[in-house]
Amino acid sequence: MNIIVNGKKREVADSLTVKELLEKLNIKPDTVVVELNRDIIGRQQFEMTKIKENDQLEIVRFVGGG
Amino acid sequence: MINITVNEKNFRFGEGKTLFDVKKAVKPDADVVIINGFQTAVDTEINEGDSIALIKKGEIPSRDEMEFLMAARHTPGIHRVLKKSSAAVAGLGGLGSNIAINLARMGLGRIKIIDFDVVEPSNLNRQQYFINQIGKNKVDALFETLRQINPYLEYERENVYITEDKVEEIFSGYQVVLEAFDKAENKAMLIGKFMRVFPEKCIIGASGVAGIYDTKSLGVRQLGKNAYIVGDMENEAKPGRGLMSTRVAVAAGIQSNLAVRYLMGDL
Repeated sequence: MNIIVNGKKREVADSLTVKELLEKLNIKPDTVVVELNRDIIGRQQFEMTKIKENDQLEIVRFVGGG
Repeated sequence: MINITVNEKNFRFGEGKTLFDVKKAVKPDADVVIINGFQTAVDTEINEGDSIALIKKGEIPSRDEMEFLMAARHTPGIHRVLKKSSAAVAGLGGLGSNIAINLARMGLGRIKIIDFDVVEPSNLNRQQYFINQIGKNKVDALFETLRQINPYLEYERENVYITEDKVEEIFSGYQVVLEAFDKAENKAMLIGKFMRVFPEKCIIGASGVAGIYDTKSLGVRQLGKNAYIVGDMENEAKPGRGLMSTRVAVAAGIQSNLAVRYLMGDL
């Protein structure tokens, strides 16, 4: 299926979860804030939240230092 | 008669009186004369409604005098809003200690500072602490400094490690939160949780502030309706790429200015 991640089109396996997408992108789930169709997804929901065709995701990855 | 205020108190003077007549009558030893927000050395006739400040150098201003000076510097419109505003700073390292000081200098009415750690020598390369504060809780050390800057603001301190279950309680009652943590995991936790529990408030975080790279790379990214992230989003602190005063302070300045703009309704 096709989804949009940070403004870019991507083709991914059907019924992928947010957690699986992050793994695929090599991103540590506890360093990101994820917006799915403009709603913030709590990190406890990454595993249960399935992505659907044409979903729009915004993934902001944080780096340390402050 | 002409009605004016001098150092925030009402006075009446006869027609034709001048600024220097007022100074002579109210505070003859004043070295600094400010009329309607402008410092002047030139005598002029006073007019109805003039607002005059007379300051003796080296004297600690009263609450009302401080109020007047802040309003004169920031313009009354900005000062009036900020003095009724509130902000909380989460994490008091290089970003947070600078942010808290900026917000105190801007005269924010209520400021909460939160950290769990103590001041240690390696903090002094960029954090707003002093040698004689080593070993003190950061919240207590910074509180001392903030009170030196403006003793008339309301400060709240909380010495706590912020976890997800505490976010709602710690930040309720504050209009804007400045995320100034060190670890990526804590940044993501606070910002994600805050955006869900306080959709009507604003959080301003930072990511990618290490090194001495060009400060032009420090951008602002908006996330959702109510979050802003300052930084280059890439340059994490790691061996060989340390956190340094100059670039961290720029990021803290951007975060502070965003908070002020949000409180003024300009964001």
